[in-house]
Amino acid sequence: MAAEPVPGSGPLDFHASAAAALADPQIRANFRRAMDGLMAKRAALFADPAEWQALRALGAAIRAHALDHLPELLVRLEERCRANGIQVHWAESTGDANAAVLAILRAHGATRVVKGKSMVSEEMHLNDYLAEHGVESLESDLGEYVVQLDHETPSHIIMPAIHKNGRQIARLFGEKIRGAQYTEDVDALTAMARRVLRQKFEEADAGMSGVNVAVAETGTLVLVENEGNGRMSTHVPPLHIALMGIEKVVERLADVPPLLALLCRSATGQTITTYTNLISGPRGAGELDGPHEVHLVILDNGRSRIFADPELRATLRCIRCGACMNHCPVYTRIGGHAYQAVYPGPIGKILIPQTEGLKTRRELPQASSLCGACAEVCPVAIPITELLLRLRREAAHPEPGSPVLQAGEARAPWEERAWAAWRRVFASPRLYRLASRLATRCRWLPPPRLGPLAAWTRVRSAPRPARRSLHELARRRGVPDA
Amino acid sequence: MPEQAETEAGARERILDRLRAARAAEAGHAPPPAGHAPPPPAGHAPPPGGHAPPAPVDTAVLAAKTWPPAERLARLRRCMEAVKAEFLEATAAGWPAAVRDFLRAGGARTLMAGAGSPLAGPLAAAGADGAAPALVLYDRPVEELKASLFSTIDAGITTCLGGIAETGGLILCPSPGEPRLLSLVPPIHLVLLDPARIWDTLWQAVRELGWSKAIPANALVISGPSKTADIEQTLAYGVHGPKRLIVVLVPGGAG
Amino acid sequence: MAGIELLRREGLEVVFPQAQTCCGQPAWNSGHAAEARAVARAQVALFREPWPVVVPSGSCAAMMRRHYPQLFAGEPDLPEVEALAARVHELTEFLVGVLGVKLEDKGEPVRVTWHASCHALRELGIRDEPKALLGQLANVELVGLERERECCGFGGTFAVRFPEISAAMVEDKAADVAATGAGEVLSGDCGCLLNIGGKLARTGSAVRARHIAEFLWERTRGG
Repeated sequence: MAAEPVPGSGPLDFHASAAAALADPQIRANFRRAMDGLMAKRAALFADPAEWQALRALGAAIRAHALDHLPELLVRLEERCRANGIQVHWAESTGDANAAVLAILRAHGATRVVKGKSMVSEEMHLNDYLAEHGVESLESDLGEYVVQLDHETPSHIIMPAIHKNGRQIARLFGEKIRGAQYTEDVDALTAMARRVLRQKFEEADAGMSGVNVAVAETGTLVLVENEGNGRMSTHVPPLHIALMGIEKVVERLADVPPLLALLCRSATGQTITTYTNLISGPRGAGELDGPHEVHLVILDNGRSRIFADPELRATLRCIRCGACMNHCPVYTRIGGHAYQAVYPGPIGKILIPQTEGLKTRRELPQASSLCGACAEVCPVAIPITELLLRLRREAAHPEPGSPVLQAGEARAPWEERAWAAWRRVFASPRLYRLASRLATRCRWLPPPRLGPLAAWTRVRSAPRPARRSLHELARRRGVPDA
Repeated sequence: MPEQAETEAGARERILDRLRAARAAEAGHAPPPAGHAPPPPAGHAPPPGGHAPPAPVDTAVLAAKTWPPAERLARLRRCMEAVKAEFLEATAAGWPAAVRDFLRAGGARTLMAGAGSPLAGPLAAAGADGAAPALVLYDRPVEELKASLFSTIDAGITTCLGGIAETGGLILCPSPGEPRLLSLVPPIHLVLLDPARIWDTLWQAVRELGWSKAIPANALVISGPSKTADIEQTLAYGVHGPKRLIVVLVPGGAG
Repeated sequence: MAGIELLRREGLEVVFPQAQTCCGQPAWNSGHAAEARAVARAQVALFREPWPVVVPSGSCAAMMRRHYPQLFAGEPDLPEVEALAARVHELTEFLVGVLGVKLEDKGEPVRVTWHASCHALRELGIRDEPKALLGQLANVELVGLERERECCGFGGTFAVRFPEISAAMVEDKAADVAATGAGEVLSGDCGCLLNIGGKLARTGSAVRARHIAEFLWERTRGG
């Protein structure tokens, strides 16, 4: 299932991609098993409710505070990075960011790049862009490597190849890795990837990475990982380019441990990753290794627009842990590719419509039962269900001057009429009584099978209205009226 | 690339202007609904523009994590062994021999240490007998020894600043004397740890090390050998970083 | 009606304003705040007395308690609405937390399972009250669902807008119910019951989906 994201040019057919995913038993099975595992691991590490509440309150406060001071913190981050020898670049759009990266690579004559995982680079479609310009950009995180080998995009922000089972990966490696023997043994497959990538690390002209957290106080880029490919990409080649969204900065170094505690436990069910890397400069005086140059590219891509609204700003607190999608009953069933977006799951449903438009992405804010499982586990307390409701209001009836992209453009006139009619009936006790009488008296009629209602009865028996409404029963049993 | 720099400078101004303008506009508006604006964490300034500064949030949940010094090593060891780190007990005088014996028994032929590392001297002395592993010094820029580093070095050895009890983990601070790749490229990484130098939490360590005032170009925490769960969520060790992490316990330090 | 009877049996005088229609949640959830407010306003006018308002539905109670203040933010009648919101109780919450009811089981042994509606669970924090009530019934064996906290897929308009996804969710929920071996699945939310019950009936299952109020009333009056 390789659904390439289509740059916004008319509404994307979420219904079709969701239906296709639901019909695929492999996807259903892979995701069910994976999400169950991730939920259990997270639950084990947040077993103490008091600790969870306290840590989460702290995480939310740190992120909200950073957003409250965002412009100042970005300026300070830039100052401290520059003082440390890190060169800072700013990009408004993904096109600008791609151009900035290419310019840096060209200045160094770099044509072979190894990459650590970076969701921002997915937003940029960086690998494709670089390939078009004669630069090989190889993913080194094992899940990303798998996905790249199969010409796909990641289906989860932490575990990019989660939609594939072992056998699918075994087949892929057997076909695509030169000299590989088919094996389903996980250790053997891992050793294959290690062998291929080790050579690439050694030979690469440049390494790229994302940034988990950037610290304004010290000019530090914090990167967490388990495999070691991040350190390989950022320390072995002579050039390191880091990519981050404008929202990823925090004020103080002391803010980092609690955020990492929340991130690791929420994302992979670990108390700590194998490596926690703090990069505050290129190769220092006297150092024998490390990149000669470190560059940081700071990308906006619609985030400043989200920032402009105090309520929607909470979207930017996200630390990209993936807990929301791990707990989402919709994501569990349709998987990540069905969203056809860089960020799937609940965070995708609030972020993507804001960066790409409520019309282009009209279905995303609607495709939720508002169960709230996501908001319950978000480590920085993003009120996801509230924000979905806000986006639905912006889609249906935006205020004049609404900051949200394409607000009101996805309105369907029939829907407006339907809700106006609904209001007429339900705001009038008389009309309501009439409708209720019709329903109870005509209960012997077959249920309407029009459009959406037909879909209900395709899998469920139709509900039968009661013989008498509750209003009638209450009246008959002598329950006093107001 | 002056044109590129100009584009970027323009972008910088426009982005910052948008952020500042949004904040200025907000100063006139009502604050967002309850539950959306948590108070700032302890020690931080309250947000500008109209909001009454609420009570600072407690970092007590972090400070509460403490263990008696005697327990810290046990906890660190338990956490790290759970992710396949290995522990070797040694003494201040005997660790070079202990390390060499351990490596020789495993078939290692070469061991690399930083030329400027306090470990180099004792290892050289212990290796005077010419037995395996041969000591190789990281004594020149990586460009001059990259190929051999990647293919002929079986193990790298470093010191560390100390350990973390809460989660397991060792804090390393690469330096001219102990380059970064020592703890990354060779398939075996050995680290000397003085059991008395274990902090309760990373949060505590960061404060005591004073990094907010002066942070090194590179610092890191290592909690075990490299691993992944990307293939069907099955744990596999030895992906890109070292396959084995050996913690050499040396009370009092390398001496 | 069972909810009203349960309350009356405890000696409470229960008033049922006949003019009530709907809390307005469907419109609110679809982003049509003005329509929701118009309907909500009509309800607010009916519950002016300073008495507790008991709501036998988790999602409606959550709407009135948690979302009405938001819906009426900036409106002149906000104070009245906030006063109402403070008086809203979900039925099981009221029975346990306010009345402390003591129930005596008069029925035959039966195995049941409980489905917690998402709104009750996450917006109102109601988790233990229904189980406490069922626990008082000596002949009722309460068996837990494997995925108790997972949404059944109703979500109001969600089931109509995204029928395939909703169908997949209710399929899993119904299978979970069937696997418990329970004779009945109980819930405090009619939407969930409609959804799960409809699915169970379609699969030919004999498991009954019932509102907990109806179940409690029946069990405790020997009927």
